[in-house]
Amino acid sequence: MTVAISVSGLRKAFGPATALDGLDLTVNTGEVHGFLGPNGAGKSTTIRVLLGLLRADAGTVRLLDGDPWRDVATLHRRLAYVPGDVTLWPNLTGGEVIDLLGRLRGGTNTKRKAELLERFDLDPRKKGRTYSKGNRQKVALVAALASDVELLLLDEPTSGLDPLMEEVFSECVKEVRQQGRTVLLSSHILSEVESLCDRVSIIRKGRTVETGSMADLRHLTRTSITAELSGAPNGLSTLAGVHNLDVQGTRLRCEVDTDKLTPVLSALSTVGVRSLTSQPPTLEELFLRHYEDDLS
Amino acid sequence: MSGTWSLIRLALRRDRIALPAWILGIFVMAISGPASFQQLYPTQAERTALAQTIDGNPAMVGVYGRIYDVADAGGLATWKTAPLCLVLVALMSLFTVMKHTRAEEESGRRELVGAGVVGRSAPLTAAILVALGANLLLAVITVLAFLGSKMPVDGTLYYGAAFFGGGAIFTALAAVLAQLTESARSANGIGVAVLAVTYVLRAAGDSGTQSWPTWLSPIGWTQQVRPFADQRPWVFLLIFGAALALLALAYALAARRDIAAGALPTRLGAPEGSWVLSSSFGLAWRLQRGGLFGWTLGFALGGLAAGTLAKDVSSMLAGNQQMADLLHTLGGARSFEESYLSLMFSILGIVASVYAVSAVLRLRAEETEGRAEPVLATGVGRLSWSLSHIAFALLGSAVLMTALGLTAGLAYGSPATLLGAALVQLPAIWLLAGLTVALFGLLPRLSSAAWAALVVFLLIGELGGLLKLDQWIMDISPYSHIPKLPGESVSWSPLIWLTAIAAVLLTAGLTGIRRRDLTA
Ligand SMILES: Nc1ncnc2c1ncn2[C@@H]1O[C@H](COP(=O)(O)OP(=O)(O)O)[C@@H](O)[C@H]1O
Ligand SMILES: [Mg+2]
Repeated sequence: MTVAISVSGLRKAFGPATALDGLDLTVNTGEVHGFLGPNGAGKSTTIRVLLGLLRADAGTVRLLDGDPWRDVATLHRRLAYVPGDVTLWPNLTGGEVIDLLGRLRGGTNTKRKAELLERFDLDPRKKGRTYSKGNRQKVALVAALASDVELLLLDEPTSGLDPLMEEVFSECVKEVRQQGRTVLLSSHILSEVESLCDRVSIIRKGRTVETGSMADLRHLTRTSITAELSGAPNGLSTLAGVHNLDVQGTRLRCEVDTDKLTPVLSALSTVGVRSLTSQPPTLEELFLRHYEDDLS
Repeated sequence: MSGTWSLIRLALRRDRIALPAWILGIFVMAISGPASFQQLYPTQAERTALAQTIDGNPAMVGVYGRIYDVADAGGLATWKTAPLCLVLVALMSLFTVMKHTRAEEESGRRELVGAGVVGRSAPLTAAILVALGANLLLAVITVLAFLGSKMPVDGTLYYGAAFFGGGAIFTALAAVLAQLTESARSANGIGVAVLAVTYVLRAAGDSGTQSWPTWLSPIGWTQQVRPFADQRPWVFLLIFGAALALLALAYALAARRDIAAGALPTRLGAPEGSWVLSSSFGLAWRLQRGGLFGWTLGFALGGLAAGTLAKDVSSMLAGNQQMADLLHTLGGARSFEESYLSLMFSILGIVASVYAVSAVLRLRAEETEGRAEPVLATGVGRLSWSLSHIAFALLGSAVLMTALGLTAGLAYGSPATLLGAALVQLPAIWLLAGLTVALFGLLPRLSSAAWAALVVFLLIGELGGLLKLDQWIMDISPYSHIPKLPGESVSWSPLIWLTAIAAVLLTAGLTGIRRRDLTA
């Protein structure tokens, strides 16, 4: 499997403020990679380094087998970028911006452009200053999705889109993935990437805290268990992977690390299980756990 | 009006550098008049002689205005500085109001504020009050400084009130313009154009045989108050009446429109990009062409006016041997028309630098407003992106000066000579453009310091002679090194030096742009 983006030990400071503090990121060719983190975690800064707009202080960054700072012109013809906060030229129309950006990148697929305008319900004749935030976002999305590039760098691309348009966007990303193209999709909303991404990297304060496939990450989540036992459970609190244990007589509630379920379940069945409900893990919890550290 | 006070506080905080800089700059310019004239022309006889020379010269009257009382020191002391100060006061008022009204709506911040507890017209009122407050403060400190340098009390009060009145009119005008268009940039453009027209009307009325054009011009009104001469308080009715009428119009328009919408309708545009929009140069052309057309038209008209006036002057002098002899002694070897034309060309050379600096600063605006990023994320490199706009500064200023020289030459009668006299200004203009590129590349946050440099050079040029500044201070300004054409012989070495320095600054800036972070 080839690698589209590989970043290791990336550091970037703005004056005294450290934005990236040893960030690692690997995106394989052909995958949709979720790039998750709370606001200010360093997602946009990373993407700007990948685009050669910012110069890394330290660390190695490879993009499509090139150096993003040096090989700007050649690399940029092979990728498309949607900024987090799209600003347009006040007196250029949306259609003009889409064509301009496409041509500067080396060409637009006219048929796909027309189809995308239709799907996103975007009027290309309006001037940049008259578009709402969501419509500005759509202009940038159509410009990026209409080009035949290998790599899409999307920085919180759905901010400002209504739910219907988010759905259209999800379909488009799935199509891009089927065509074998690579997508780096940054977001601070988990549910958005959960259904779209093959793998995700979670960053916090400029560092990668988790990375892996959705399946890998599910192992890192906890399953909630409520059980009615035949007798009093003993020794459960000493078992590895058990959290927030609450025992009342023969009733038990706890959370178990998903990859430690087997020993916990066998300990329970030694006592005897009358009834058992378990709640499947959600990435939301995992994500919240990282956020909580942030908030505290 | 709920929220007006907090919006005023917010505006003052955001303007804590810009407004004091404007006020201080205009104040210095305003008080330099009394300071210099009292020193240079201490006796009544000298003042009368100077005033008569000026008043008999339609070109000077066109540029600066008439002196209505030759007997009074005040009239002479404010004659040269007042028009320039009024232009600056108008610009300060225009930009301040626009920044806190239309620009806020355009950026979407107004919606954030609107969601809070803020009355509908609170932002407009706050912006107007901030601009009027700045004008009032400026008028008050100017009056105090004039009184401190022993100028006549009632004339000074009239002068201060006229100053404030000019600011009030342009504050009110800005409030109207902010309602009309959706973009602050075009509203500011219309405002500057209106200012230019009012200046030209005043110049035409003052220097021509018909005085009615002066009465169409708010700048003319402020001079028709005639402080230090036969003071005419009734002109204030016109000034403040117009300001109030414009304010009423602004509020009426504001009440009828939606937030972020303009009162002028916006039309739909092209659904597809034309072939022009295929390169960074094509984009720069789309962004800069309107400005270039407008400026070129202005310079062509300016050249026409300058050439025609110069010709008038020479025909007038033909019938007055005494005056011709006097001017010949004053102007040295050069004929009077020549020194007048060279003065015009050097002033318009500085004005063309305003174009060049703003064309370069477009790069910085594109960068900070986030529009450079999507372009630079395509195959466009930083060098070609930068050069696409810098080309407008360098070649566009050449276009302006060519238009000026040709039209002046056609009107006056020697196109080749006057074209040369206009083009000779270019090295100094390019140096300013180069300085702006250097700042943008190496110290991007200080890019707009290029304006400060331009103002300093302007002050050195306008006031250096009056204040009898040392030669080394005069030499700081690139404009001091430009040969005074037509009339003087051309010395090439300063032109080559200025061009070389411009090239070095440009190269340094471009190197910086390629190496630095792009700030979004
Ligand atoms: N140009 C800049 N100057 C100073 N600080 C910056 C700049 N860009 C980003 N930062 C800071 O770097 C951190 C990371 O920002 P960013 O990459 O935009 O986060 P995210 O996109 O994940 O929300 C933030 O603390 C932000 O304030
Ligand atoms: Mg971001």
